Amino acid sequence: MNSEGNEWAVTRRQIVGNAASIGIAVAMYGVSFGALGTTTGLTIPQTMALSLLMFTGASQFTLVSTLASGGTALTAVVASWLMGTRNAAYSMRMTPILKTSGPGRLVAVQLTIDESTAMGLAQDETAFEGRSSRLAFWATGLSVYLLWNLATFIGAVSVSAIGDPKSFGLDAAIAAGLFALVWPQIKSRIDLSVAFGGALIALALTPMVPPGVPVLAAAIVSVVVGWVTSRRLS
Amino acid sequence: MWFAVLAGAAGCYALKYVGSVIPSHILEQRTVKKIVLLLPISLLSALVAVQTFADSQNLVLDARVPALAAATVALRFRSPFILVVLIAAVTAGTLRYFGLAV
Repeated sequence: MNSEGNEWAVTRRQIVGNAASIGIAVAMYGVSFGALGTTTGLTIPQTMALSLLMFTGASQFTLVSTLASGGTALTAVVASWLMGTRNAAYSMRMTPILKTSGPGRLVAVQLTIDESTAMGLAQDETAFEGRSSRLAFWATGLSVYLLWNLATFIGAVSVSAIGDPKSFGLDAAIAAGLFALVWPQIKSRIDLSVAFGGALIALALTPMVPPGVPVLAAAIVSVVVGWVTSRRLS
Repeated sequence: MWFAVLAGAAGCYALKYVGSVIPSHILEQRTVKKIVLLLPISLLSALVAVQTFADSQNLVLDARVPALAAATVALRFRSPFILVVLIAAVTAGTLRYFGLAV
């Protein structure tokens, strides 16, 4: 084997190993999602359908917890869409790197999430004619897809055996799970003020509007702060 | 429920697909980029607040509050996701079991 072939073999092994470990880490969230899905009133097939078809964790958690807090189906759906907007930015970034078309594009699009995009972009785009970026995206996307769905199933099935979810503190577990999702995203003082602003608006509106609406209203904070801060920078 | 599941999934797929076909300058625009980045933060924080303090349309203080406090400590110590969730569940479950909180 020539030296470039050797180098590629080493890189390939590294990427596949990383993709597998990310999949395993994500499976922990998957078990929690499966558990929350079935305790908040979804059936096992509905919970599985979210992991198989929606396949973007934050949107799935959002949909399920909005329904759990008494929100209508419509507010839950809209909230999950708002949460999924960042995936549009991800696939825009990944498409020219992946060079997909036809059915390959349709599959790549579904696998475009936080983890696969981060791994794909972490590679040097010019290395091995872009092969390492593509492999990192596909290996991570497939590994997460497989393990996320397997984990959802395990979580959903194991919890549907439990009685009253409240006595097991599962309502508190939802809050903590969502908190653990947002925690690493808060990196600046602006992020922190958006977090507090969103929380305060939601609580202030809770007694006045139907469940689910306060969370949608909180999105206004992101729009206003995003608009104002980007103006100020330019 | 199936409506929410399928409509939610269809919309999320559409968003992923749209990103692969729209001209890049739209999402590259600074304001749009910033808003897209901040959306999950306000939505998730609002969900945390509602999941902790709301009972339908009432604001209440119950076992979820100390549970979230315990989760916060776990997060500060960089605990893995599953541990944070378990700590919150065990805290709330224990307080309720001993009748210390509803």
